[in-house]
Amino acid sequence: MPAIKTDNLVKRYTEVTAVNGVSLEIPEGEVFGLLGPNGAGKTTLISMLATLVKPTSGTALVAGKDINTQPLEVRRNIGIVFQEPSVDDLLTARENLYLHSMLYGMPRREINLKIDKMLALVGLTDRGNSLVKTYSGGMRRRLEIARGLIHDPKILFLDEPTLGLDPASRKAVWTHIRELKEAHRTTIILTTHYMEEADSLADRIGIIYNGKIIELDTPAALKKKVGRDLVFLKGAVDEEALRKLPFVNSVERENGRYKIGIIDSGKNLQALLNGGGKIEEVEVRRVTLDDVFLKFAGKAISEDAEERAEGIFERVAVSKTVRK
Amino acid sequence: MNFNAIYALLLREAKIFFREKERIISILISPLLFLFVMGKGMASGTSPVPGYTYQQFIFPGILAMVILFTSITYGLYIIWDKRLDFLKEVLAAPISRATLFIGKSLGGMLGAIIETLLLLLIGALFIIPLSAVKIALCLAISFPVAYMITNIGLTIGAKMKSMEGFGLVMSFLTWPLFFFSGALFDLAAAEPYIRAVSLLDPVTYAVDIMRIIMLGKGAFPAWADLAAIAVFCLVTTLLGVTAFGRLQQEK
Repeated sequence: MPAIKTDNLVKRYTEVTAVNGVSLEIPEGEVFGLLGPNGAGKTTLISMLATLVKPTSGTALVAGKDINTQPLEVRRNIGIVFQEPSVDDLLTARENLYLHSMLYGMPRREINLKIDKMLALVGLTDRGNSLVKTYSGGMRRRLEIARGLIHDPKILFLDEPTLGLDPASRKAVWTHIRELKEAHRTTIILTTHYMEEADSLADRIGIIYNGKIIELDTPAALKKKVGRDLVFLKGAVDEEALRKLPFVNSVERENGRYKIGIIDSGKNLQALLNGGGKIEEVEVRRVTLDDVFLKFAGKAISEDAEERAEGIFERVAVSKTVRK
Repeated sequence: MNFNAIYALLLREAKIFFREKERIISILISPLLFLFVMGKGMASGTSPVPGYTYQQFIFPGILAMVILFTSITYGLYIIWDKRLDFLKEVLAAPISRATLFIGKSLGGMLGAIIETLLLLLIGALFIIPLSAVKIALCLAISFPVAYMITNIGLTIGAKMKSMEGFGLVMSFLTWPLFFFSGALFDLAAAEPYIRAVSLLDPVTYAVDIMRIIMLGKGAFPAWADLAAIAVFCLVTTLLGVTAFGRLQQEK
């Protein structure tokens, strides 16, 4: 049974369609990254799966329970860490965790032991009795993750878990997420607009844009689809010879350097350097998810614009071709 | 109904209430001003109840005022919770909206009751001699009164989108509820239109029953006050549970 299975989920507000027909299947134990720009529909999708927002149409099974007809059952099986801070400032970490455990109906005898365990997991044992308002952003985030996990959910939703954190705290949160995946095999759904985050944490990535999943694959496969690493060369480069190499798919001049797109720089870099003339300086930039995102979402942006502008774009395109 | 969850919600409110001590004091300021400045200032004004001063006459009304202000403010506070995502944590929990509403409502009563007790003690010391029985009775009445008014606050809070509406509610609801309740004057001697409006005001019955307990004389019979309070408790519960049921995350 998949952890999550959505069937043509749609959420329409009066002015916008936030989620526009998403059908997904996420197996148990997977870390699924939902990547998209602000306003792409990430949070709305997660909110529907967490039964906080009612879908306009379509449905989903979360941990085998229907979000429309069994919301309480769904909630018992999920943990959620919201985008905005949602721990109580005026309570201590322990109190926050205690109240959460009570709300989730955990047996009272177990609660304190479990709190100790969770605080240790996120490295907050020493600060368990401090008021949350004395916490840094990173500590709050870790507390929220602990809270999201304390009732042993099968599925954990993390909505932008590192938004607004400094790099060190971000790394710490990542470490915790990886540990969770390894130690508990919790299914994790993570939204982010940091490519690096999706790349380093997710088993699979869904790129969401304008409420639709426009691309879905492993990070490696997505990068492969973009297909090229960039090599920057400086010196007396033999442009013609480079173009003839089978693994080179583009050569451009940029700021006094040559910008060369090649397939699999790991394998082909040596051959490129051998056949490229007298080279003084080399810089290699491997394809990142940024490129992937630009490629897919960028494509979608221009398509979107074209549809709206209709004739005008065509005419511009025609005139450009003519000038060439 | 999930009692563990209600206990948890109640516990949260209790802890927060006692940690924000400034709030306990600040809420008592305006009632004390009414009581000591206006009550004393109008000392020459005759009391509608023979044998008592004007200050003593308005004391039950000021007591109702404390409950009114504490409870409405508390209810409206969930707009903040909504904005800051505190509420989401509870909305996402596996508890029904009715449980959530009752838990919040009982949590809100707590503050009002503590304020009531404080004011009762101040009143017993400086204004009107009260026996322990009378204090206990007044305190007991403050439970359902605080409950129905918290319900009103929570219902409005659940429907409101931003804190900007707070001032509007205070001007268009809280103050009218207070002034039409007969807290400061004798309803029996008031203009008919004021009396008509006051019949719809839940605070009227709270003031009246407190007055019966403390001064031995009110505008309505005690059973009518109690019945009206019971009806308001019921109706506001239904309204509140419905409003909470519709509560969704906003994005």
